[in-house]
Amino acid sequence: MLEVEGVNSFYGKAHVLRDLSFEAPRGHVVALLGRNGAGKSTTMKSIMQLVRPASGRIVFQGTDIVGLPAHKVAKMGLGYVPEDRRVFTDLTVSENLLVGRQPPRDGAPTWTEDMLFDLFPNLAERRGNRGKALSGGEQQMLTIARTLMGNPSFILLDEPSEGVAPVIVEQMAQVIAQLKSEGLTVLLSEQNLHFAQAVADLVVIIESGVQVYHGTLADLQAHPEIRDAYLAA
Amino acid sequence: MEFFVAQILTGLANASSLFLVACGLSLIFGVTRIVNFAHGSLYMLGAYIGLTLMEALPGHFGFWGSILLAGIAVGLIGVVIEMLVLRPVYRAPELFQLVATFGVILVIQDLALLIWGPEDQLGPRAPGLRGVFRIMGEPIPKYDIVLLIITPFIALALWWMMTRTRLGVLVRAATQDREMVGALGVNQAWLFTGVFALGSALAGLGGALQLPKGGADLLMDFTILTPVFVVVVIGGMGSLPGAYLAAIIISVLNVFGVTYIPQSTLVLMFIVMIVVLMIRPYGLFGREEVAGEHGQVGEPEEPIKPASAKVRAIVAAGLAMLALLPLYGGNFALVLTTDILIFCLFAASLHFLLGLGGMVSFGHAAYYGGGAYVAALLVTWTETPMELAFLLAPLGAGLIAIVVGWVCLRLTGVYFAMLTLAFAQLLWSLVWQWQEVTGGDDGQVNIWPADWLNDNTVYFYFALIFSVGGILTLRHLAHSPFGYALRAARDSKRQAEATGIDTRRVQLLAFTFAGFMGGLAGALFVFSKGSVFPNELEIVRSFDALIVVFLGGVKTLAGGVVGAGFFKGVEDVLTRFEYWRLVMGLLIIFVVVVAPEGIVGSLRRAWRRFGPGHSQADTATEERRT
Repeated sequence: MLEVEGVNSFYGKAHVLRDLSFEAPRGHVVALLGRNGAGKSTTMKSIMQLVRPASGRIVFQGTDIVGLPAHKVAKMGLGYVPEDRRVFTDLTVSENLLVGRQPPRDGAPTWTEDMLFDLFPNLAERRGNRGKALSGGEQQMLTIARTLMGNPSFILLDEPSEGVAPVIVEQMAQVIAQLKSEGLTVLLSEQNLHFAQAVADLVVIIESGVQVYHGTLADLQAHPEIRDAYLAA
Repeated sequence: MEFFVAQILTGLANASSLFLVACGLSLIFGVTRIVNFAHGSLYMLGAYIGLTLMEALPGHFGFWGSILLAGIAVGLIGVVIEMLVLRPVYRAPELFQLVATFGVILVIQDLALLIWGPEDQLGPRAPGLRGVFRIMGEPIPKYDIVLLIITPFIALALWWMMTRTRLGVLVRAATQDREMVGALGVNQAWLFTGVFALGSALAGLGGALQLPKGGADLLMDFTILTPVFVVVVIGGMGSLPGAYLAAIIISVLNVFGVTYIPQSTLVLMFIVMIVVLMIRPYGLFGREEVAGEHGQVGEPEEPIKPASAKVRAIVAAGLAMLALLPLYGGNFALVLTTDILIFCLFAASLHFLLGLGGMVSFGHAAYYGGGAYVAALLVTWTETPMELAFLLAPLGAGLIAIVVGWVCLRLTGVYFAMLTLAFAQLLWSLVWQWQEVTGGDDGQVNIWPADWLNDNTVYFYFALIFSVGGILTLRHLAHSPFGYALRAARDSKRQAEATGIDTRRVQLLAFTFAGFMGGLAGALFVFSKGSVFPNELEIVRSFDALIVVFLGGVKTLAGGVVGAGFFKGVEDVLTRFEYWRLVMGLLIIFVVVVAPEGIVGSLRRAWRRFGPGHSQADTATEERRT
């Protein structure tokens, strides 16, 4: 569904992604793993065209999306949940969801505000509160819900478990499992294996912007030396 | 008591247009981060277009219809401006778009002159609202009553739109993080255009609505700009209720000011603004502006390098050419070059503040004009010898800068810029209205240099020595430890403080020094012309300097000087034509669109792209920019 082929990305003069290639097949949860600074967020942003790759192709549903503006990428069905959440803090929960709203899309589940409040019951209670009044975990749920309002067929989750309480992380894992069962494809970035183990089918590991492992979760689990070499404990 | 009520009602009626224009400015700034200097011009267009429509359309329907249509027409003009002028420069360094909007001001000024002629136009009375209502015995024009009744409804409608419609929610979201709004599938380009159109339409509506009270003239673009900036800043950038409240405060205050202290109406407004900002730095309902928030674009800074041997040789050759000018240039060339030299120093002083210090001052004319006036007043009132007055002028300007800087440096970003503008306007209105001392509109005349300097060639050398000396001093400072500290404070205030730099002190020093150098330029100016008028303190003069610095290139040391030379040279040629503003405006817009990093920056980029030593990272940077 999504193929990343030989992508190079830069921040200023810093070469962050080096000939990065991997793919995310339809209906799978792919975990993009790597240490802090390995280039995970840049990969996400490069897919979303928030960072424009200098070379390489990113093919989504048969179309090369490199060079498109971010809003067109989103309109094609790619949903992006940023690492730093970027909740609109002056807007209420409901208004945040309204910003994300897009028309229903063929081949992707359609979400309404009520369905998302069922999925994230904590948000339902706080629908009238401003974004800045929410806890970290609630903000994380809100960013996911906001992106789902766009009815994506593919969702990019940048470190969803970072900085949230363990009980929320568990809830997040259930949500991801549910998204998968609804037919969504998920690309999820994480620093360690714990959370990914619970949800991922496939694993891509990057180190300094270079892809160092690409395989199934089961394979990786059979080779702990790879995990030890490239991932945080 | 009756009179008091009548005054308040008049103030409320006057607040109407001010609120609409301020609201538009605030909306546009919130979403696009552009301080639209051309907003007053859109207001002026609204008035003229409304007038033309009212002549064509008779009756009640015609009158009110014309006002609405004028708003729509100006909204459409806003769309054209946004798409043709601003869209190409959204990704340019912050505030560069200011220059483009200044080009728009010039173009609109001449277009209005071309279409509607130079005469002031009286606005038609609103049909059926010709007389007055008696309220507690006081006559209040009927139109005023209608205005003060409909304004809250317009405000409510806008508020409803911003809080209850998806468009309004998107606008508010984009105000905070426009990149994220884009990543959620909203086309920012159209959101920007839409907001610009709406803001423009509000300005046009404001212009048309005040017709029966004020008519239309070619100066109204700048006349409204100052109070509108004041209102937006007092209310808080981006806040609708703030703009409404502030418009009322300023208008009511103005009405009372006219009655009780007519000599200080202009000053009053700025005093209120300064007091509000001292207590609430981000306005009554404003939110703190955090530099580098999401959605702000800006390429990493190029480190500033000392000039290479080659560049030094070129500069030395240029200086030699200048020094020899009296041998081959005529009298005219000498006078023009003296003007350019003075302007270069003025621009370089602002560039120092803006480029190295990251402090965007919208009111740098305060020090240039301030220096000129200090010298002139010393000569006029105390018969100070010219040499002494010349030396005291920059000190006086520096003193003004210390005070202004001390107050303004509590703020950052656009609030800082607005407050510096307010102080400059305060000084201007002081000079303008304190006729006994300053001569007001008649200025100060017969301020000639000492006998030994009273010759164009000698004065040229005098100006050359001080301008080049000043510019080299500023340049030298950039490479001194003080310059490093200043740049550190600009790039990361916190980190600079953590390394032991007292950033506030460093910035205040820089502000003072820039004021000192601006004052030196002003002193050179006043003795070269023999006179000074309040327009040397005006917004326009501050804008000239800003344009020059941005056109030259903020991030390059030579930017200010190159821009000043270019600007003055072009201006000298163009002002010989009747519609020079139109040509100048179009030229400015052209430069902005073609060279979004300024003249020096763009030349340098072209050299890097096509010259030797070209790398893949450069290509990546280029492509991301385009």
